[in-house]
Amino acid sequence: MSAAELTPLQRPTDRLRRRKAVNRGMEFLAWLSAAVAVAALGIVVFSVARRGASALSFDFLTKTQVPYDPTAKQGLANAFVGTFVIVGLATLMALPFGILIAIYVNEFAPRMIRNGISFVLDVLNGVPAIVIGFFVFGLIVVAHGQSGLAGAFALAVLMLPLVARTTMEVLALVPNSLREAALGVGSPRWRMTLGIVLPQTIGGVLTGATLAVARVAGETAPLLFTSSLVAYNTSFNPAHPLQTVPVAIFELSESPDPTDHARAWAAAFVLLMFILFASLGARWLATRSRRKLGRAAR
Amino acid sequence: MHLGDVLLQGAAALASLGAVALVVLIVYKVVEGARLSLSTFGLGFVTHVGWDPVHLKFGAGSFLFGTAITSLGALILATPLAIGIALFLTELAPAGIRGPVTALVETLAAIPSVVIGLWGILVLAPLLRDHVDPALHSALGFIPLFGPATYSANVFTAIIVLTIMILPIISSISRELFLGVPSELKEGALGLGTTRWEMVRGVVFPYTRGGVAAAMILGLGRALGEAIAVAMVIGAFTGISWNLFNPGNTLAAMIALNYQGASSGLELSSLIYLALILLVFSILVNLLAQLIVRRVARRQGLAST
Repeated sequence: MSAAELTPLQRPTDRLRRRKAVNRGMEFLAWLSAAVAVAALGIVVFSVARRGASALSFDFLTKTQVPYDPTAKQGLANAFVGTFVIVGLATLMALPFGILIAIYVNEFAPRMIRNGISFVLDVLNGVPAIVIGFFVFGLIVVAHGQSGLAGAFALAVLMLPLVARTTMEVLALVPNSLREAALGVGSPRWRMTLGIVLPQTIGGVLTGATLAVARVAGETAPLLFTSSLVAYNTSFNPAHPLQTVPVAIFELSESPDPTDHARAWAAAFVLLMFILFASLGARWLATRSRRKLGRAAR
Repeated sequence: MHLGDVLLQGAAALASLGAVALVVLIVYKVVEGARLSLSTFGLGFVTHVGWDPVHLKFGAGSFLFGTAITSLGALILATPLAIGIALFLTELAPAGIRGPVTALVETLAAIPSVVIGLWGILVLAPLLRDHVDPALHSALGFIPLFGPATYSANVFTAIIVLTIMILPIISSISRELFLGVPSELKEGALGLGTTRWEMVRGVVFPYTRGGVAAAMILGLGRALGEAIAVAMVIGAFTGISWNLFNPGNTLAAMIALNYQGASSGLELSSLIYLALILLVFSILVNLLAQLIVRRVARRQGLAST
């Protein structure tokens, strides 16, 4: 049926045509914004990969830094080891602490206190990383000097709200029927919590922990204050300041020497790959554990 | 009561108390570190423009200005983009690409700031200086913000970098809000013959306005506190310039860049004073976001009964 056969009332008016045009324009803008975000990710990852992959070598992964000597064969092994030690220690500090907070909030606390602690966790989550750096500087570094331990503590403060928050979310997903069943067969509350409820949440807790690791592995600001004045040897000892990947990237990027820039790109590439895989792994874990909890609920 | 119950509840309560104590301790330690500067300069520090380690005269004025202009700039660029992304993901995207695009946008949030900073200064900044900055200057040069472009490390680069960093925060919160709009309302609007955009403007936006404002505030909080990425691209200039293509500095970036070079106790204490200002901002931002969320929740609770 062509437009000519329509009655005047059925014929699209100019006004309708304009409304449809506005709609199409807005839909196009929404498509465009999504494309811009995906493109931004693609461009950043591609830039880092293109420049970083070519500077990547066996030496880069296994040899340590030799500052002020661009001709020496060197790598960032010391930074990789340092990041591993510091992030590992931070996880050991934040994980039990965060899980306990979540257990208290979800299983024991009255409603008022629950809201209060939630808010405190939000505030802690919102404190800029650089302020956390100054906090640990005042708390530990002024008296005892920089150390890997101080760096780990700073990162643990950043991880704590993330770990507590995700654990609270999964604890809330555990069906009450499980709790009632455990109490019903006469198990005390603590065994119900630790033996029945908590094991249900392992997937979710691991997801939270992985996301928190991915977040703090790339943190630079708090480590500048706590673990940046380093000797460039490879060391596992957190009593001394340890070099880390993000601090190394920051320092190398400020160097005028182009070979240092190449090393910064390679380090950024390794860090980015680690973080992308950790985030994707966490996402996969999350879907898996949610499916499992869903089954338990049925 | 069982001994185990007492132990577990005690440990859990202690841990929670620990979190509260941690926040109190953070505030206390930062105030303590800033005390020397607080007693020397008082509140005048906040507005004094200049950072002079030789004559020991410090002030936060130019960094407050830089922080305001970079975070507001980033917010202005990121908000419409983020809302566009959220609308795309909730209303337009075909089912097959919805999941992957959501994952990709959230991955953007996982990129460490030092990596964005490295990319910002070595790739983005030269590109903007050679192509975008001069074009903006010649088109919009009558506005003082778009002055002559000479430096590659400048405030505008910092704004773009911050936009990339806060975009995923605002868009993922907005997406969840848009998903929460009852489909009866949306279908009702469409059934009255509105176009999809008119439905969004008439139903989705009013329904989620408060939540989106809270999301913007959280994005602003992130932008205010970002230190490393901004430090790498902003060019470290102390002073006030309305030209976005000049270097500048922000509170967080100033701290990151000068902490190791602080030459006196007073300078270090003044840097901690800057951190104190940031801390106050971050707490205010959180309070404000909470307040908005609570008000919206109350209103929607009323609407649904």
